Amino acid sequence: MRTEFLRSWKVRTGLGGILFFVLLAVLGPWLVDALLGVDPRANDTSAIAQPPSGEHLLGTNQFGEDVLAQTIAGARGSMFVGFLGAAVGTVMAILVGVPAGYFGGRVDAALNFVTNIFLVMPVLPLILIVAGYLQGTGLWVIALIIGLFGWSGGARTLRAQSLSLSGRDFVRAMQMLGERGHRLVFAEVLPHLTGIIASMFLHAMIGAVLAEAGLAFLGISDASAISWGTMIQSAQTQSAVLRGLWWWFIPPGLCIALIGTAAALVNFGVDELANPKLRTARRKTVRRTAAALEKTGSQA
Amino acid sequence: MSPDYVLEARNVSKHFTVRGSLGRSAVVQAVQDATVRLKPGQILALVGESGSGKTTLARLLARFYEPTSGEIALRGEPVAGGGRAARRAYHSDVQLIFQDPFGSLNPLHRVRYNLDRALKLHHPSLDGDARLRRATALLERVSLTPAADYLDKFPHELSGGQRQRVVIARALAVEPKVLLGDEPISMLDVSIRLEMLNLLEKLRAEDGLALLYITHDIASARYLCDDIAVMYAGQMVESGPKEEVIAAPQHPYTKLLIESSPDPERAAGDRDELFEGADELGEPPSLIDPPAGCRFHPRCPFAMTQCRSEAPPVTGLGDGHWARCWLHQHGRAGELARTTHAAAMARRAPQEVAT
Repeated sequence: MRTEFLRSWKVRTGLGGILFFVLLAVLGPWLVDALLGVDPRANDTSAIAQPPSGEHLLGTNQFGEDVLAQTIAGARGSMFVGFLGAAVGTVMAILVGVPAGYFGGRVDAALNFVTNIFLVMPVLPLILIVAGYLQGTGLWVIALIIGLFGWSGGARTLRAQSLSLSGRDFVRAMQMLGERGHRLVFAEVLPHLTGIIASMFLHAMIGAVLAEAGLAFLGISDASAISWGTMIQSAQTQSAVLRGLWWWFIPPGLCIALIGTAAALVNFGVDELANPKLRTARRKTVRRTAAALEKTGSQA
Repeated sequence: MSPDYVLEARNVSKHFTVRGSLGRSAVVQAVQDATVRLKPGQILALVGESGSGKTTLARLLARFYEPTSGEIALRGEPVAGGGRAARRAYHSDVQLIFQDPFGSLNPLHRVRYNLDRALKLHHPSLDGDARLRRATALLERVSLTPAADYLDKFPHELSGGQRQRVVIARALAVEPKVLLGDEPISMLDVSIRLEMLNLLEKLRAEDGLALLYITHDIASARYLCDDIAVMYAGQMVESGPKEEVIAAPQHPYTKLLIESSPDPERAAGDRDELFEGADELGEPPSLIDPPAGCRFHPRCPFAMTQCRSEAPPVTGLGDGHWARCWLHQHGRAGELARTTHAAAMARRAPQEVAT
């Protein structure tokens, strides 16, 4: 079952993409330093807003900073926010959604009430206000805000799923054996939700990367930190689109799109695992079946 | 009252409240004033049609929910409420086998895990090796041999009958005194039903297990059981030794049930004759608004005026056989044996039009 998951080309491509960006995030600053030999923050006054060239592979921006160096360095910020935001959001969704669905009754009423509040709360204005209060908005704070305000939808899904699982015979049978409550939740119910949780996490990751970019675009970010969001934001404030400096905003934008695609591809694989009806036949299986049919045909 | 009985349901009722979309609520009287008694080593069949409250009664006995009124007694001691420890103690004596062997095993756990958890929870003193030996012995008892082959299987690698054996092995791991079987063979292939019935019979013979066998299949009840209790619309209507109940039903509903069940010895022509003239055998009543008096009276060909207003008392017929029907109080019980349900129904039809 586990290796089956890795056989799909979608999953392989997606995981490859995510792995690439993770490596970029981990090794990025070192790569920039060792291979390119440029400081992403260094202002090269001799090359202001230059298009891609041999010296600056992706050109330079208005401030004479190397765009390639910035894009590589920005991966760390964006991936950090993406993973931390998604992790916080997913853990919150599990902690609120699964007990609400499993225990029902008053626990459900209380947890569902909280979920509903977060669901109807206008998240963006709220983030603006919170970010305004917390004056130093580092990437940590941004990630936590994104996670803490973005779990409610996932909690609803998990609640519905565990509500249906908790009434299933195998849970009742284990209850009747006197199984402990936490084991019923974590050993009987939760493993059935791994597919949903994995896909929720990937969704949340795309969401958090996008949210970071969006927030940075609106000016809520750490101005000194480099992330794809801050790159796009500074390109926007310097009217890069109007002035045709496409090499400034396309690389970070493309990175965000690629990471979204990679996560979506893995998600397809997870979906196929959870719902075999979506699975398309593997080419090898098709060939084997056709060969077998031919063989029986010739015998008859 | 008597400690002869290992498990009793004394006059239990269970009402469920259902809420409609507009805040209207209704009460479903799923089980009304039912009494069941099980002696050690006794197999009692609980028969009735779908929706008659059999499963609710089984779940009351398994303590999935508390009765609205009445009480459950284990070895003569009433049980109610109590924390997890009390429930576990209760469940170390009473275990329920679910109808659906495909649903009652977690698809993500191996056979070994299921047996191991049961042993760990109920025999905490056993160490890993002892639990493994016990699990192997349990699988052998339910004829899953060689046991080592089955321990590491996932439920989806087993057939329905094998799964149901695993479920039974898991229930036996706690060494219960009573097994409640909620239609344990109805989801299985016809070809392996007999084996399952023989397995249940073997468990009774070897361990003196008491078994409540819930079914709507009269033939399997007749094969396995000592006694039969018939439920209709949440109430017990007749109970007694199986041969007496099947050969000479003393309640019109029991008669209908027995005549409706397929009998290979009956030829096709006989069947036409048996049900001739009766297109409508009726449907079970709504349990939200059950009929007044005897709940069977709208379908009963023998119904009298009294049946519509007053609930019939229990009439003892000797040898543990009893029925809840006004016919016995009015000396009309003989009519039951002289006719078939359908014929009586056909005869009643013109009268209905007249009144």
